[in-house]
Amino acid sequence: MTLGLEHFLVLSSVLFAIGLYGALSKRSAVVILMSIEIMLGAVSIAMVAFSRYVVPALLIGQVFTIFIIVVAAAEATVGLAIIIAIYRRRETIDITKIDLMKW
Amino acid sequence: METTIPNGLVWLIFLLPLISFVLITLFIKPFLNSRPKLSGYITIGTITGSLILSLWLLASLLNAPSHELIIPDFNWLIIEGSINIHFGLTIDMLTAIMLIVVTVVSLMVQIYSQGYMHGDPGYHRYYAYMSLFTTAMLGLVMANNLLIMYIFWELVGLCSYLLIGFWFHRPAAAKAAKKAFIVTRIGDFGFLAAILLLFFNTGTLDVAQLHSYAVTGAIGSAVLTWAAVGIFAGAVGKSAQFPLHVWLPDAMEGPTPVSALIHAATMVAAGVFLVARMFPLFEHSPEALSTVAYIGGFTAIFAATMGLVMTDIKRVLAYSTISQLGYMMLGLGVGGVAIGIFHLFNHAFFKALLFLGAGSVNHATRTFDIRLMGGLRKVMPWTYATFLIASLSIAGIWPLAGFWSKDEILASALSENTLLFVLAMITVFMTAFYMFRVVFMTFGGEYRGSEKPHESPPVMVVPMVVLAVLAVVSGWFNATGGFSHLLGHGESHGFTEGFFGILSHPLPWISLAMAGSGILLAYAMYSAKWLSAKRISWFFRSLYVLFSKKYWTDELYEDVIGQRLLSDNLFAGMKLLDSNVIDGAVDGVAKTVVVTGKTVRKMQSGQLQLYGLFIILGVLAIVISLLLSG
Repeated sequence: MTLGLEHFLVLSSVLFAIGLYGALSKRSAVVILMSIEIMLGAVSIAMVAFSRYVVPALLIGQVFTIFIIVVAAAEATVGLAIIIAIYRRRETIDITKIDLMKW
Repeated sequence: METTIPNGLVWLIFLLPLISFVLITLFIKPFLNSRPKLSGYITIGTITGSLILSLWLLASLLNAPSHELIIPDFNWLIIEGSINIHFGLTIDMLTAIMLIVVTVVSLMVQIYSQGYMHGDPGYHRYYAYMSLFTTAMLGLVMANNLLIMYIFWELVGLCSYLLIGFWFHRPAAAKAAKKAFIVTRIGDFGFLAAILLLFFNTGTLDVAQLHSYAVTGAIGSAVLTWAAVGIFAGAVGKSAQFPLHVWLPDAMEGPTPVSALIHAATMVAAGVFLVARMFPLFEHSPEALSTVAYIGGFTAIFAATMGLVMTDIKRVLAYSTISQLGYMMLGLGVGGVAIGIFHLFNHAFFKALLFLGAGSVNHATRTFDIRLMGGLRKVMPWTYATFLIASLSIAGIWPLAGFWSKDEILASALSENTLLFVLAMITVFMTAFYMFRVVFMTFGGEYRGSEKPHESPPVMVVPMVVLAVLAVVSGWFNATGGFSHLLGHGESHGFTEGFFGILSHPLPWISLAMAGSGILLAYAMYSAKWLSAKRISWFFRSLYVLFSKKYWTDELYEDVIGQRLLSDNLFAGMKLLDSNVIDGAVDGVAKTVVVTGKTVRKMQSGQLQLYGLFIILGVLAIVISLLLSG
């Protein structure tokens, strides 16, 4: 059995779905942040796979993925910093309790 | 005068009083308020100008072939392919005669008003309205287009409203003004409907063109009849014919010179003029023409009966005006343009004179109630003499003006319709009776009032004398049929034998006998007292009550139709419909939005995860729809 584009795409969508589920259902801000990282990883896999199988001569997908990793790192840093700030102020990171924007 | 009047000056005839109106409202009232007489002088000056130009126009017309002048008109309202309305003037003998009537009576009334309105705080306003009215009336008779005519028609109605309510601080005057406006408006609706009907069927509003269409039969007979009836409805409102006559007696709340000009000589005659102007339409619709004749004949006797019992001098004159307007309509219906307009022409002078006489009497005694007058012939000889001449004229005594036109109408009625002739003949008797009842009660016997009466100043007496001369001679123009001939319709019944020749016919003798017996009865009851007026009114008490209650028409219109039928039922129903259905719909929309908002804002939970879920659902929906549409 050789690995085809489909296998990577299935992996990518499974990972994306897991991440999405986590991001939408978990209460802890840290877990949500982790779920978002999983989704970014899933997208990166899909990008690299497409690049490898569809246009092997170009490295567009790979370059994009590097950008995604960089941005994800920055995002994780800023996100965690925000979560710490919230925790210091409100002693909780349960996002159902963080609802100041509610009507 | 040899030279034909230049076109520009023809336009000036009706623009001159407009200039006076603008001057008074914009300059004299604001800046020269302390000089009240000035607005009077300006009005008199401009109307004199109009009169001179009108006379010149008449002279030009007499010289012109076919007695018509073509004045170049200009485009007024053009919508490519559908509407093309010209603003122009119709200059024929009918216009010229109306111009003379309006300017002469208007001039006399304006001069008289200088005395009558002396010291009134609304002096400027009075003359401003009077100028505007004269403009509108002159414009109405000159317009060559139904739409323009309608504009001026409404404008005279507006001026009538403003002048009836001139003393608006009196509730009765304000109420009368409102009544006049609303009642005439009912008729105007018919006029407007007729204009629209004609326009959608012929595509033109030009009077001359409509005439030719009517003559050639290009308008279907049903359309023609309805259009003519609609136009006549407008005339019924304006000329206070039955059943829309109720506003005119109340309109007497206005200043007396206003009654003389607007509610006796000119505006109320506009209805008669309108029918005459559109006469070819009526001529080709026998139904419409007989409607005119019957309404006119009925109104003549109907109004005369109410005139018999009124005790207010102006109200007697008002009912007399309605009755005489009915005569004119009858004349149009059975005889033709020349006969109806001839009576209008004569009536304008003697009726204006009667009103000015009533105003003069009021000036002296401060009342309009003839029971509080009497004996005034000694202290007011000029007023008495002129009033007597006008009364003889309206009663139709040879050789005064009223005699000539009245006998023309009677002769036409006799040859067309016996019933209408009999009604008209009885009206002759009643007219003579109620006029001389007023004469004997006002001027005869001993004075019964409390004020000390005096003769009016010359500024009031002179116009009355001028009108008295006209009330004698204006009928002579048709003694040999000249008037009818000039109007170009030629349909004159009988009397063209001249001044004395007319007396060789039997009909004038019958009408003279009727009028004479009316005068005699009035003399017997109110001057010689051979018969007691009280006992006669008691003897005919049911009729007396019927007449003095005005056949309960006011009650019928105001209480039954106005209050019960319209206010209590139709309008109340409309109000329910409005407050429940229409307001309900509007409020319902608002309430739905509020309720929806209250429900939907619960979704704005502040939880990002829920928002995220919606984003995902949205993306999915887009993706699925893209896949499905393929």
